[in-house]
Amino acid sequence: MTDLWDGLAQALWLVATFDPELVEIAARSLRVTLSALVVASAIAMPLAALLAVRRFRWRRVIIAILNALMGLPPVVVGLVVYVMLSRAGPFGVLGLLFTPTAMIIAQVIIIVPLIASIAHQSLRDLWQDYHDLLISMNVTQWQKIRTLLWDTRRALLTAALAGFGRAIGEVGAIMIVGGNIDHATRVLTTAIALETGKGDFALALALGFVLIGLAVAVNLAIHWLSRTEREGRW
Amino acid sequence: MSDLFPLTVRGATTRRRGKVLVGPVDLTLSGNGACVVIGPNGSGKTTLLRLLHGAARLSSGTIDWACPMAKARRAQAFVFQRPVMLRRSVLDNIAYPLIIRGTSRAQARAQARDWAERVGLGDMLDRAAPVLSGGEQQKLALARALIGQPKLLFLDEPCTALDGSAMREIEQILTDAKAAGTRLILSTHDMGQARRLADQVVFLLRGQVHESGPAAEFFETPRTEQARAFLKGDIVE
Repeated sequence: MTDLWDGLAQALWLVATFDPELVEIAARSLRVTLSALVVASAIAMPLAALLAVRRFRWRRVIIAILNALMGLPPVVVGLVVYVMLSRAGPFGVLGLLFTPTAMIIAQVIIIVPLIASIAHQSLRDLWQDYHDLLISMNVTQWQKIRTLLWDTRRALLTAALAGFGRAIGEVGAIMIVGGNIDHATRVLTTAIALETGKGDFALALALGFVLIGLAVAVNLAIHWLSRTEREGRW
Repeated sequence: MSDLFPLTVRGATTRRRGKVLVGPVDLTLSGNGACVVIGPNGSGKTTLLRLLHGAARLSSGTIDWACPMAKARRAQAFVFQRPVMLRRSVLDNIAYPLIIRGTSRAQARAQARDWAERVGLGDMLDRAAPVLSGGEQQKLALARALIGQPKLLFLDEPCTALDGSAMREIEQILTDAKAAGTRLILSTHDMGQARRLADQVVFLLRGQVHESGPAAEFFETPRTEQARAFLKGDIVE
């Protein structure tokens, strides 16, 4: 219990004093996670829309695989990305291992199925509503996808936030591919793991509270900016 | 006369899981005005409209317009019994057909504003379309269908569940559209509405055209026993 209070007090102190190391780690956490979120959303949302509006042979199989991959073990993703980016791997020549880019790649792989599955659910429901109208208007496939993505933007925001939540709290994969290198690839989660390993529970808890605060702040900011609770208007 | 017509339907049939929903239908539609499709529940009115519009799959037979099918489809619009509202404002709903055809957003919105005024939705342009009342939604659906200046407008029971004043407003919009040269093909259960709007009547029974012809002739001297019974309000199956 003492550790909890110490952690909270230390978290407040670190935030209040703009501790340079904390700011650096938190900024890197945000940069890596938001980059992964943008890339993953750019892949997952059009994919989800395509799965909603197009009927093709392997559609159901792809949906089932995406749903199954929502529970993808991050450590395994980290391991696979490590092997691919290591010097002996097929992409070793790019020299990306132990860089923030490698961490972004791992996070993208982890959150694409999550965002795509949640988005697909909303897009499929809306497509059922819109189907007859859009067919009667002779809209092209691309216009259907654009219309659905725009009109489900609030549900897609929820999908993106779910992806953000998973990515910012992720530790296994980014620890493996990032290496938790100070001033290079250390982020909040890997720093927490490190401090816990060193036995500095108060600092680990402080970083944990900062991480929670950051996640909540980003969620609130996105909700506020997109005015998701504005009633009766679009 | 519109270059879509005459519309010639020969042996048009649609089946689902082996069961015939509509057909075989033989029909020729030409001229202007409104063609009203009537018939008891389950007689295939909606399916016939969807077939003609190309929104339902034809199992056998042919549907030929006076122009190529793709061109005919572009000249048509469809208003559904339960209006589909895009999750957008009233203005953006009405502007949508123009925007997907490549009209600039500003121009589309200007025209949409004009149409919203015409159908009596001018004071609710920024309202979310899905929260409008049934009558308002149907008026919006009509404005959205008419903004593209279709040569043919399909309407599937457009006034179902609307009260008298809303129905009068919808019928006025349809009468104006008809006067402006838009051909109407609509299904209805309301014989009063059929009498007010129809220039031509198609009476469907069990998925087939039982009787068709000029409206005045059909309502004054129906040729078949079933049509007479239906007009009297008797139960016809």
